[in-house]
Amino acid sequence: MSDDLAASADLTTGGDRTPASASVVDRLLGWADDRLGIAKGSELLDKIFPDHWSFLLGEIALYSFVVLVLTGIYLTLYFVPSTKDVIYHGPYLPLKGKAVSEAYASTLKISFQVRSGLVIRQMHHWAADVFVGSIAVHMMRIFFTGAFRKPREINWLVGVTLLMLAIVNGFLGYSLPYDLVSGAGLRIMYSIVLSIPLVGSYLAFFLFGGSFPGNGVIEPQMFIMHVLILPLVIIALIAVHLGLLVKQKHTQFPGHGATEDNVVGSPLYPVFLAKTLGLFLIVTGILWALGGLVQINPIWQFGPYRPYKVTYAVQPDWYMGWLDGALRIMPSWEATFLGHTIPLEVLLPAVVFPGLTFTLFYAWPFIEAKFTGDRASHNLADLPRHRPKRTAVGAAGVALYFMLFAASSTDVMANFFKVPLNTVLWTFRITVIAVPVAVGLLTYQICRELSAIPVSREPKRPVVILRTEEGGYVMEETPIRPGDGPGEIAPVAVPTRVGIE
Amino acid sequence: MTEVTETTEATVVTGNSNDPHLQPASVHPKRTEKVVAAFIVLAAAGFATYGATYWQGGSAQLQGASLGIGLVLLGIALAAWGKYLLPRGPFMEARHPMRSSDEERARMANAVIERGRLVMHRRGFLGKLLAAAGAIMGIVVAFPVIRSLGPLPKKSLDSTDWLPGSYLVTAQGLRVKASDVEVGGIVTVFPVGHVGNAMDQTVLIHASAVPFTTMPGRESWTPEGYVAYSKVCTHLGCPVGLYQHQTQQLLCPCHQSVFNILDGAEPQFGPAPRPLPQLPLYIDTAGYLRSQSGYDQPVGPGFWERS
Ligand code: HEM
Ligand code: FES
Repeated sequence: MSDDLAASADLTTGGDRTPASASVVDRLLGWADDRLGIAKGSELLDKIFPDHWSFLLGEIALYSFVVLVLTGIYLTLYFVPSTKDVIYHGPYLPLKGKAVSEAYASTLKISFQVRSGLVIRQMHHWAADVFVGSIAVHMMRIFFTGAFRKPREINWLVGVTLLMLAIVNGFLGYSLPYDLVSGAGLRIMYSIVLSIPLVGSYLAFFLFGGSFPGNGVIEPQMFIMHVLILPLVIIALIAVHLGLLVKQKHTQFPGHGATEDNVVGSPLYPVFLAKTLGLFLIVTGILWALGGLVQINPIWQFGPYRPYKVTYAVQPDWYMGWLDGALRIMPSWEATFLGHTIPLEVLLPAVVFPGLTFTLFYAWPFIEAKFTGDRASHNLADLPRHRPKRTAVGAAGVALYFMLFAASSTDVMANFFKVPLNTVLWTFRITVIAVPVAVGLLTYQICRELSAIPVSREPKRPVVILRTEEGGYVMEETPIRPGDGPGEIAPVAVPTRVGIE
Repeated sequence: MTEVTETTEATVVTGNSNDPHLQPASVHPKRTEKVVAAFIVLAAAGFATYGATYWQGGSAQLQGASLGIGLVLLGIALAAWGKYLLPRGPFMEARHPMRSSDEERARMANAVIERGRLVMHRRGFLGKLLAAAGAIMGIVVAFPVIRSLGPLPKKSLDSTDWLPGSYLVTAQGLRVKASDVEVGGIVTVFPVGHVGNAMDQTVLIHASAVPFTTMPGRESWTPEGYVAYSKVCTHLGCPVGLYQHQTQQLLCPCHQSVFNILDGAEPQFGPAPRPLPQLPLYIDTAGYLRSQSGYDQPVGPGFWERS
């Protein structure tokens, strides 16, 4: 009863913390707190973000995803997910009067008839490439600094899933316009599914609604996957990813007063917020500028998809390149088994290899813990040089995927260097194994030598050397000045009030 | 350095304005402020330029440059504001281990295990029934999700629409006559009535002026030096569209498989595992090219049921 009275008193006075004279912001905060108790969570404003540059990579991924969602919604206003043929009547003359799919025609419309449409479509495509790229580099940072170790294994698993979904959604989006190049990509995907033993032909028929190119169901299905289902899953996983980050807090490099039991850096509000909003605008601005200035995926040059037509130098988006390269350099090893065909030349590079890749990514934190026997929680990041074995494995892995990616342009290289395709092919078959091994060994050696050199992480402050009247010398440290670098002063808790009077 | 005021609920820490942590990182804040101001003004100019460009229906390049530069400049201004003009710190917060106390863990474990036992106690049989029902549900739910998607393959991958006597027609629907293609020429053809079909697509090549034999047993398949192969690559099904007359090779642009058309399209290079199936041809009395029969094997990439 008395509680009720107090509550109604709150209502009439606007709450005891918010006298009528309080500022508008204070009153609004009070209004929300009366109903939601938000003040109890206000330490979140003090959440510390380490200042190291490598922590930006994940943010870049996040912001390119925001751009993907915003530009993607814009594209859905005009895009028609249908492979039904229509006669093209738009302003692009070379195709005038020709039969093209509705999907292709609507992508042309976005490009040529919707104002700013081309910029936004190209921005969407650039954002996809940057999104997957920044996830990959972000993941390398986590790997090489050991940030995946206990207690953060769950967030590593979430991250690997996000990488996979980003690649899948990128492929789906790339396939939507149904131009000659992306249609060939779908053709290849159909055949890869077909190659799976036992269930392949069933899966392929279910997905495509029959023998390739199927009855057209794939287009609307890919569309709904691309614009609704996978984005929702990705959004949910990003929420989990960031929620775990808040709960477990960032890792940080040792030094500058950083220990296992604290986090040193800038507080969320206002310092980090200003910097990260700035980064958001910079990422958006660069993507917008790329969308306007740098042509990407000019589907009108490729023409509409026809299953019997083909263009030269068929290449997928960069993040599919490692699979394409693996398919190219794989020997033609088709096997038969009890009267059944097992297309190993497809199965191994396009199904087993990516399967193993992601299994290894998922399992890495647990594999490493098993090898090192290290079950402790870690909040301080490793310097890569101090973990020669992990760093060597990581560098070899990066080299492997890079070599496979390079192998996806065997034909371009053969033309460019004027060497027979066969030579290029065999060079890649050898180097794809040899280069990672060499890179791994070299990295291991370099790390061992680097880590033998002691480094002090504390920068030296300038000193003044004075001569005394007696002729002796004394050394005096200079006083701390702004700009001396944060290493000079011990970190303190964020003051609640800063007292600017 | 800082003074701590204990209140009843929350700790309020008031910073001292002489505290170096609260100084801006910039050595010359006034100068930095001017630079930030200039960036904001330029950003606004970029936005205005974009507005004008859009209004005038200007090029994508101009739109990209104006708004893009505007956004980047504004972003730099904000980031610089945060990095150089706000308190430079370093600040820190304490970290608490994730692990709960032993008592809390014991309490959780007890609650879960004890109450769990309550459910299953002397009801193991019910539990098994539940699991069985769940399994059945799981399986049948997959039916509408997966099986409804498409038809069953049945035998449809084993054959194409080529029949004995099918006319060869081009993508434009024209029947091909033996006099239509010069030596060294190549046309994509389909069985009449199936123009554009992905599985039926076939390359017809006038490889030489005289008949030749691609393989023993196929002596009659190449009338007047015409030869026809499935256009579906045996690797991953791309159209094998690039023909080089000098080397008598067909090249697949997807992963560079190369087939020799003189010896039954045996793959010479690249990942394709099998020759392209050959279509037996004849020339009818009216001079039209026609197929003696369909392909003698499934066309295209490998799959489990292919024998
Ligand atoms: C993980 C996030 C995403 C990635 C990696 C991605 C990637 C792509 C790519 C590469 C394309 C081809 C663009 C081109 O034609 O050059 C595309 C097309 C498209 N995307 Fe996305 N996208 C994502 C999220 C979204 C979202 C959230 C939406 C809508 C809500 C969306 C809507 C569309 C539409 C309608 C198209 C077809 C129109 C066109 O191609 O111009 N996308 N996407
Ligand atoms: S599809 Fe022809 S070589 Fe791969």
